[in-house]
Amino acid sequence: MNAETEPVHPSIGRRKLEERRRFLRTIMLGAVMLGISTLGFIPVARAWRVRMRPPGALEESDFLSSCIKCGQCVQVCPVQAIRLDDIDQGFGVGVPYIDSRKQACDFSCDAVQCILACPTGALVYKKPDYMPSRGEMRVANPPILIAKEKDPEPTLNLKERSGLARLARPEACLAVQGKGCNGPARGAEFKGIMRFTEVDRWKPIPLRDHPFDLPLCDLCVRTCPIRGAISLEPVVDEKGIKHMTPTVHEPCLGCGVCEMVCPVEPAAIVVDARKGWGV
Amino acid sequence: MANKYWESVRVMLGGEPRRQPPSEYTEEAKKIHFYKKTEKLDFAALKAEARAQQKKGVWLKRRWIALLSINLLFVVSYWLDIQILEGALTASRMLGFHLIDLNSALQVMLAHKHIIVNLLIGTGTVFVLWLLLGGRTFCSWVCPYHFLAENAERLHVYLVERKWVTDHTFLRGVRTICWFLFALMAIVTGYTVFETISPTGIVSRALIYGPGLAMGWVLLLLLLEIFYSRRAWCRYVCPIGLTYGIVGVFSPVHVTYDLANCHHEGECRRVCEVPHVLDCVIKGRSPTAQVDIGADCTRCGMCIDVCPSGALKFEIAGLRKIM
Repeated sequence: MNAETEPVHPSIGRRKLEERRRFLRTIMLGAVMLGISTLGFIPVARAWRVRMRPPGALEESDFLSSCIKCGQCVQVCPVQAIRLDDIDQGFGVGVPYIDSRKQACDFSCDAVQCILACPTGALVYKKPDYMPSRGEMRVANPPILIAKEKDPEPTLNLKERSGLARLARPEACLAVQGKGCNGPARGAEFKGIMRFTEVDRWKPIPLRDHPFDLPLCDLCVRTCPIRGAISLEPVVDEKGIKHMTPTVHEPCLGCGVCEMVCPVEPAAIVVDARKGWGV
Repeated sequence: MANKYWESVRVMLGGEPRRQPPSEYTEEAKKIHFYKKTEKLDFAALKAEARAQQKKGVWLKRRWIALLSINLLFVVSYWLDIQILEGALTASRMLGFHLIDLNSALQVMLAHKHIIVNLLIGTGTVFVLWLLLGGRTFCSWVCPYHFLAENAERLHVYLVERKWVTDHTFLRGVRTICWFLFALMAIVTGYTVFETISPTGIVSRALIYGPGLAMGWVLLLLLLEIFYSRRAWCRYVCPIGLTYGIVGVFSPVHVTYDLANCHHEGECRRVCEVPHVLDCVIKGRSPTAQVDIGADCTRCGMCIDVCPSGALKFEIAGLRKIM
């Protein structure tokens, strides 16, 4: 083993010694390369970051194994909501995710094009029978996209949600406090874009170019792209005071638009990735 | 004939090239070897004449243009949204047709254990493409890591000449073992383990979607190749190379060696990424007058560029007979 330090033994010979060294080197090389590749398991096993995957994604471990890390979903997304993970995500390197707070999926494409682009079936319209998703991920009725409500086919070709919105910080919510919202929802610097059908049905515009003037903030409700997914409901607190409170309903797909537009920092409403209805 | 293919696979998997027994040599080859031994030609003059006629770096130029344009096409397809070649090298769509890298497809199939039609179509298309074009042609004509590595290799060779670093070789068989272990890990863990460290995928995605931390790993590999071992990743580890190598075993496109023109200077072996495929150029080794270079050859054409006497050429099998 300590061939490196030992003087050349007369009975071994230089050639033999070099061969032995090369053999050990080779084992080291193989072990290092295979070892480093398995390190990719750590971020996955620890679930350092629970990533929101694009719509139609298989369950997480199936998604990681079936995704071929090509980014075709990234290329077709009209609002560039999809990004690819880096090597700090281990086996997740090159796998798409959505950071809703930065740029949410607002279904501007009308047809969930990322699913159409996926070559390996990591994103699917309908989960295959051998890979059923959890029941709570299924939506009761085909989701109606408000933007194409007047079309002959108003529903989105999706049968499952990718997460669920939740009012995480009701005390910070402007509506709960009875406050309004003036100007651009996320300030003049925010780079996120989304579609406003009243401006242009086919072209998403920067959120900062679409200021609001609301006596009572209901941004999460008015920008939600899905019919009946969220509404402001009067909720009476323990002191008997009535607060208008954003309330998430069953049709919610977890697209994250509410999280993106929420004007308070950090957002009062967030999307829990991969969370189902009623659990 | 079958023997020739088997030998080429055996050498690719890590076996040392075997010297053929004299009984295997063709009469023609024997004759050429005999003349080379006996006839006292003025080799110095022949070499000088051949060198004067040599075209320098023709294939290198062609290959770099091809490699850079393919990778650039990926980039501009996305950036300018012209949609000619969408995706990355692991999987893409060329004018709508699915193209899927064979090794990435293999990793996904083994990890996921379900194969959908699009995956099969894309893999099939690419399989036929590289079967026709020569398997490891992918490595030297397409792989963006190859481009980085061959430039790192120049630096390495320079440093070795200056005696500032020493080249450390490994046993080539380790690539075969890595291939099987990466496949096994995909099956057992259910994750595409190799893709995590694949510099081909990382560099391709970095070009198209912007670089990230993953390029740090690529940099480490390049440092290993510059300061420790020449072309270590491509020669001893990369399972993509072996996958394409197997695909190219029966490929009609290959480099062919002409014994009669060879002066046995060994320049081709010095520039080659996989010198074991050029074992036949050693004086007295070639059992036939023409030899088709084995499957591990990346068809990079560097040997053709440096050969001063035109003993190495690209050939498309069958075309020689027709013409």
